[in-house]
Parts: sequence; C-alpha cells; structure tokens
Amino acid sequence: MQWEVVIGLETHTQLQTRTKIFSGASTAFGSEPNTQADAVSIALPGVLPVLNREAVQCAIRFGLAIDAEIGRRSVFARKNYFYPDLPKGYQISQYELPVVGKGKLTIQVGDTEKTINITRAHLEEDAGKSLHGDFHGMSGIDLNRAGTPLLEIVTEPDMRSAAEAVAYAKKLHELVQWIGICDGNMQEGSFRCDVNVSVRPKGTDKLGTRREIKNLNSFRFMQQAIEYETRWQIETLEDGGTIHQATVLFDPDTGETRAMRSKEEANDYRYFPDPDLLPLVISEADIAAVKAGMPELPEAMKERFKNEYTLSDYEADYLTSSKAISNYFISATERLVEINPAKWGSRFEALRYYGKIIGNGVSGLLASQLNRDGIEIEDALVSPSQFAELHALLIQEVISSKIARDVFSQMWSANDSDDYLAVKIVEQQGLKQVSDSGAIEAIVDEVLAANAAMVAEYKAGKEKAFNGLVGQCMKASKGKANPAQVNEILKKKLA
Amino acid sequence: MINASLKDLAAALGAKQISSVELTQLFLDRIARLNPDINAYITVDAGKSLAQATAADALIAQGKAGPLTGIPFAQKDIFCAKGWRTTCGSKMLEKFTAPYDAHIISQFNAAGAVNLGKTNMDEFAMGSSNETSYFGKVQNPWDRARVPGGSSGGSAAAVAARLAPAATGTDTGGSIRQPASLCGLSGLKPTYGVCSRYGMIAFASSLDQAGPMAKSAEDLALMMNVMAGFDSRDSTSLQRDQEDYTRDLNKPLAGLRIGLPKEYFADGLDAGVAKVVQDAIEQYRKLGAQTVEISLPNNKLAIPVYYVLAPAEASSNLSRYDGVRYGHRAAEYTDLLDMYCKSRAEGFGAEVKRRIMIGTYVLSAGYYDAYYLKAQQLRRLIAQDFEQAFQHCDVIMGPAAPGTAFKSGEKTDDPVAMYLEDLYTIAVNLAGLPGMSVPAGFANGLPVGLQIIGNYFDEACMLGIGHQYQQVTDWHTHTPKGIE
Repeated sequence: MQWEVVIGLETHTQLQTRTKIFSGASTAFGSEPNTQADAVSIALPGVLPVLNREAVQCAIRFGLAIDAEIGRRSVFARKNYFYPDLPKGYQISQYELPVVGKGKLTIQVGDTEKTINITRAHLEEDAGKSLHGDFHGMSGIDLNRAGTPLLEIVTEPDMRSAAEAVAYAKKLHELVQWIGICDGNMQEGSFRCDVNVSVRPKGTDKLGTRREIKNLNSFRFMQQAIEYETRWQIETLEDGGTIHQATVLFDPDTGETRAMRSKEEANDYRYFPDPDLLPLVISEADIAAVKAGMPELPEAMKERFKNEYTLSDYEADYLTSSKAISNYFISATERLVEINPAKWGSRFEALRYYGKIIGNGVSGLLASQLNRDGIEIEDALVSPSQFAELHALLIQEVISSKIARDVFSQMWSANDSDDYLAVKIVEQQGLKQVSDSGAIEAIVDEVLAANAAMVAEYKAGKEKAFNGLVGQCMKASKGKANPAQVNEILKKKLA
Repeated sequence: MINASLKDLAAALGAKQISSVELTQLFLDRIARLNPDINAYITVDAGKSLAQATAADALIAQGKAGPLTGIPFAQKDIFCAKGWRTTCGSKMLEKFTAPYDAHIISQFNAAGAVNLGKTNMDEFAMGSSNETSYFGKVQNPWDRARVPGGSSGGSAAAVAARLAPAATGTDTGGSIRQPASLCGLSGLKPTYGVCSRYGMIAFASSLDQAGPMAKSAEDLALMMNVMAGFDSRDSTSLQRDQEDYTRDLNKPLAGLRIGLPKEYFADGLDAGVAKVVQDAIEQYRKLGAQTVEISLPNNKLAIPVYYVLAPAEASSNLSRYDGVRYGHRAAEYTDLLDMYCKSRAEGFGAEVKRRIMIGTYVLSAGYYDAYYLKAQQLRRLIAQDFEQAFQHCDVIMGPAAPGTAFKSGEKTDDPVAMYLEDLYTIAVNLAGLPGMSVPAGFANGLPVGLQIIGNYFDEACMLGIGHQYQQVTDWHTHTPKGIE
C-alpha cells in the first residue's frame, strides 16, 4: 500500500520583550538560577498578573506578517496542571479566543511552492526549568524562564513530508526573526517545535491517529524525527498494529522516537477564563501603530530587489532569505555608494547601479564561500564594508574580476577587520590592473611573437584563436592587464 | 478611648491627649488580656506595631498627620504584610512570612496607620462562622458560645470586643457583611474593582473584594478614603478618579427610594431578624425615604451559582500551594506525586478540600458546559435582576444574614445550612455591586444587621444613608458585656 504522511506543527516562539508577559522581571537568558524570578514568577500568595503590552504588539506583528485576522477581543485562560516548574499550578494561555486567527505562510520545496495554513497563534507564558543535576540529592527548579512570553503558532495538518515540515519551520524561524519578535536561538530554546505526525493510505481523506513529537530544537533533528516516526507508524500499521495517540520524545543519540505518555495519562487541563485578567481588546489604532513600525516583509523586499536592481529571481530570493543576508546586502550597497558616488546624478541611481553589482556578488561570490565553509552570513569573514571596498576597486577598474576573486579569497583567510583590507592586499601584492597602453603593447608583441601558429589560425579565419591569444596576454600579465585594452590592441595588431 | 470613633481618635492624637504609642499599647494590652479567649488575632507583633506607632507620632509631631495617622487597625490575615506572618487561616501558610505588602496594607502604611495584628479568619476565607480556621474558632463577643460569622470573623470580633478601633475584611460571598451583622458592626463591601486585590490572597478572584469593618458608617468612609483607588498591579482594579467617601455623609435622605426585594423577606428569614429590619426601614421612612417593593427573581440561583463559580476559581487559585516553593511540605514522601498529595492533604482543612474538589469537578472535561458555563450565564441573569431593580429605586435594603449568631458547632456538620448564611449577600458579589451592613437592633439579645445594597460606585451615597440612620439610632454604639 502507498502511505501518505500528514504533519502539523505547533511552534513555541519566545518573544523578545524586555520583561515577562505578566510581570516586570527581566527575560534575559543565562542568568544565575532564580535571580530573575520576582514575586509573580514564583507565584507568591496574593500576586496578580499584569499583561505586558509589548508581547501583544509582537503578536500583532506576527499576525500582520502572515496576513491573519487579529482577534479584536481575545481571552486569557488558565491551563491547570501540577508540575514543579509551573509555579501557579496553572499556565496562563489563550484557549477559545486567540490573539491571532487564521493566516498563511508560503514555503518552497525544490521548485514547488506550497501554502501552509496557520490555524492560530496565541500568547502564553513559559514555564520554569527543572534542573536534574544533583542538589543535595534533590532536583532543582529555576524559575528565571517562568513567565517569559511565548507565541504558540499552530498550523493545519498541511505538510506531507519531513522536507515540507522542515521548510515550513525554517521559513517561520526566518520570519519571526525578520519581524524582530524572536531571536530564533534554538539552542537556548527560543524557538521550539512540536510536530504532530500521522499516516494514512494515500488517496484517503480521513486523518490517521497522530503522535506528537515534543520539543525539537534543531531542524536536523526534526527531519530525522519525522522520518523515523513516519517509518515506525507505517511499519506498525503494516504489521497489523494500531497507532495510539501519544506524546513522544526524539532521542538524537539513537535517532528514534519513544512514547512519553499516552492519551489516557494526559491531563484534563480544566481550561477556564482567567478571572485575574480582563479580555485583551485590540483596537484599530493598536493595529495601525504596529503596522507603521512593521519592517518590509521578505516577499515584498524580494520583488523590490528584482525591480530596483534588476536582479534575477534567484538572486533576489537569496538576498531576502534571511534578515542577516538582506542586511549584509543593503549595508554593502550603501557603503559602495558612499565610497564611489562619482558620475551618478542621484543617490537613487547610484543605488540602482551598485545594488546590481553587490547583489551579484553577495548571491554569487559570498554565497558560494559561505556554502563551502558551511557557515551563516552572521559569521562571514569579510564584512559588508570590506566587501564594498573590494567592489569599488573592481568598478574603478583598479583590478579585474578575476583578481577580485583572488583578493576576496585572501581577505576571507586574512581574518582582518580593516575596512581597507582589499586595497592593502592589492597594493602589497602589486595586483593593480595594468592600463598603460605602452606596457600592454609590449606584452601583446611578445605574445604574438611567441604564438605564430595561433596567429596563423586566426588569420585563416578561426575566430576562437583570438580568445586564446587574449588568454595568453592575460597570463603573461599575471592577470593584471586591462582585458578591454588587451582586446583592442590585439585587434589592431592583427588587422 | 476604646469606644471612640476614628475622627475622635485622630482629634485626640492631634491634640496630644494620647500618643499613637500609648493608643497602640492600650489595644495591645487589651489583646493580651482578652484575645486568649476570643481568639480574634492569629498574629500579634507588639514590636512591629509600636515601631509604626513611634513613626506615626513623629509625623503627628511634624504636623504631617492625615486622618488615620497613628490609629491602629487590625488587618485580616488574608493581606500580605511585609515581615508579618500571613497565614490566611491555613496550616498551609502557618510558617509563611510575606516578603511584600498588599496594596491595602501599603495604603494604610502610607496613611501612617499602625498595623495592630493579623486577624483570624476561615481558612482561605471559605466559611461563614470562622470555624474552618486552622488557628481555632473565634468567640462572638456578644455571646462567647456563638460564632462571630465569617470569613472575616476575627476582624469582626476584634472590633466588637474593642481589641481594635477598626479592621479590614474581605468579602467573596458575604464575608464582611455577615460577620458585621452577627457582631453588631458596620461593614462595607465595595464595588468589585474599587479596592486592589494585589497582595490579598485569592479565594475566588472574580468575587473577592476588600472592605472596611468598623463601629460606624463614618469610620467606614474614612477607611475607604485610604483603601480605595486604582492600582496598576491588579488588572481588575478600576481606573477612576479618587473619591472622598465622606462627601455624602450629611446628605438628607428625603426622597430616597428604597427597594425592598420580596425574596429577602420570604422563607428562611428569622422572625426576630425580620422585625428588626422592618423597624429600621420604618426609621428610614421617618427620615423621608420612600419604599417600593421590588423583585430579584433569580436570587434563589445565587447560592448554587456561587458554589460552582467560587470553588472553580478557588481550585485553580489554590494550586500554587504545592509544597514546592513555600508553605507546608510533608515531612516524608516517596516521589513528586506523593509529595503533592501529602503536602496538600496535610496543609488544607476539610472545607478547603471540599471546595477544591467541587471546583475541579465543575471544570472537568464533560462537566464544564453543564456547570461552569451555565453558572456564568446565570450570573449574568442575577446581575440583570439588580439592573432592573435599580430602575425603580436608589438603594435596596434587607437583612444581611438570615439569622443572628448561631452556636459554635451548630452548622459545622451541615455545609448546606452553613452556605445558606450567605442567602442575602452572595448575589451582590455575583453582580459586583457594593453592599453594606449596619447595626439595626437586636433579636434574641444578639445584634442584627441591616443590609444596604447600592448601585455600582454608590459607596459614598450608601455611607451617607448609613450615617444618617446612625444619627438617629444608637444601635451601633452598643457594646457587648464582659469586654471591659
């Protein structure tokens, strides 16, 4: 039988607010245990929650980014269960009326675009952490994280492969960072995914019984976990077994998932509206204010790059694939305009021209270097400013594009933050392009004398021989001769 | 001095007839003498109280005294007070010292008042007789074999026995008005949201409201001036301009329309209490008020609705007492679940457990719609009854409690009989309205309270209505025997 896997995601994104969602305690990561736990965080008797409007703004921002309805009136509810790192014995979340309603996110897998429907996104508070190190034979509780604002983003069961699920997760990961609501740090738990997986015979409509893989904190693990879980479910069904609804954990060491608790053991959370908090009312003005501060979204930016800089679809897509890449591109372009404002009537025209050059460079030269090293642009060894300086030399015809590639490689290895590193390398190694026609004529003469056979071929009508002669000239000049001048002089001499 | 009004105490302090330290010591001495029997206080800390009194005397000397500066007040042990043991009447918090001040406490502190001690109460404010307190029952000063009412029974007994000039209470279903009635005091439950709940240990968040308990309506007004006001730390606190609650004390009552709900004078009301209440209403007619019969048809639903909603909220509010961070933790346990179970089984009393179980049940999957949701809908109907009624009257009057103080132990084995104590008070909490009880006479030799229910934010007007009555009657000046 042919099987189809059906996947839906629930993602917990920690919002980048300065203080907690219901108190004034700091949300900074990595402090000494319990130093960021105020009276509200540890749920002392008598304390009350007060909603942090900054968290609401983050939620609205996300809603606008996925083209969702913003809930004009949403309600905080209590999710009741006992756990040592849950100080109140309940988590304040949203249940029936979430702050963000239906929206969508478009992903790309291979050449195929697909729209993933987002069911809802709701605000809630994070729990603390249980520390299972040895504390005099007991477990420890760190409540620094308790009360950190979370936006839980829930999709429809729209994904049909691990690749799609990972593509969605990556796209979402990029988006929440792009709009500045989450730092995206998966190691620190700022972005955590729960994945619901079920399988069904291909061609059928009814959903199979799902198992939920909890707390995946890397895309690689997500891929592995879904693939394993899918295989396991299919094998179980093919062996005549049944799938029971369960929560499972992925073990990266074994590459397997294992059940944590079954549905029977699941809590009855006894949700009810939190009487300590009024319904959250969001006005038109609140939405307009957030809208006004919204950064340009990746899709819109991509279209703009294509139009303004006449970049290809591929290039524009790469340049807007992360906030960091687009920032690199924009700052390198702006720097280039600063360095080399000559001949352009307006800044806009200059940007148009240099944007094309830097766009080619970032999506070509830089991208392939990053790819080779397997690192992200945040860790690039050549800064945007250095990258602009290098391209200034190219535009000013101080170096040829071939030399530029060599200089770039050297800059990458140099690990030197000097803005004028490119100039330094070119000067120290005498890599300046030779544009002195006398010097080039001498080289051409030498080459013609040494390559009589090629000259004869060319004269016999073999056009290709001309390119060979140009190559020889460049080689003789160690790549420094101005190729246009070489062309011109060669043509003249051969005429 | 022990019978003096707050205004007279302030005058005596201002005139240096007595210092705050002397006044505080006077009450501390009385507490030392009478409290071992009456048991109105759970915690007394003379050192702390006298330190505040000393500071108050300095303010008075500098001429910086406000109306309550230097006056000692008893604080219900439901309010967190920094450095004070705060138990909420429970073994669970027997050893809990609050590290911060409730808004109400900080308001009294800012006014230069003295905290005289923390008063006894039903455990987590769940009860109508003060018999569910882990710290023992409280005697009614009018008859030591009887209960003072609850849950603010300690505060009521403290003021009635003149162990404090006045006290704070909280009222979730009648916990200020019923003990005020049973102990012959004036007590006000303000409109929900007028007094911040910050630092007031939660029982049922959507119903809990702090209020003053004192000898007269005028004293209540002076206390309200300190207790009421917006607090950003409580999201249900109402953002309103500061009011002077004494402003209507001398307003004549001519033309006042008093609504008399027929449901409040029906079955279940003690005949003696009914007589006292009717006499009080007659007195109001003499003062120029008119009466009109009204109906609160859904009043009969108030108790069942309350006993769904309040336990539901309580079951969640009390989840934080898990033995993990503070409060009682069992000495021995085998694992986490065992620690939870034993700590809570040992830390909570029977009534609290009963309500946690009711609350957990009504919120459970499959029961939520039938109980919790239905109760919320009925709550709306109950509030609408009052909206309707206030079309025809300015205030509503009736009994505060169905009877006078009952014997200790009389209702402890019959929770439903106990719940019926709040027959006339609970609907007011469900609607979020202000309610007050003022002493209106005696039945069977025990005090009877008249309940005055106002429209939202009509506290000042209600206090005036109480004060005008107290200008022509002396019920509020009677004192129990044996407290000299």
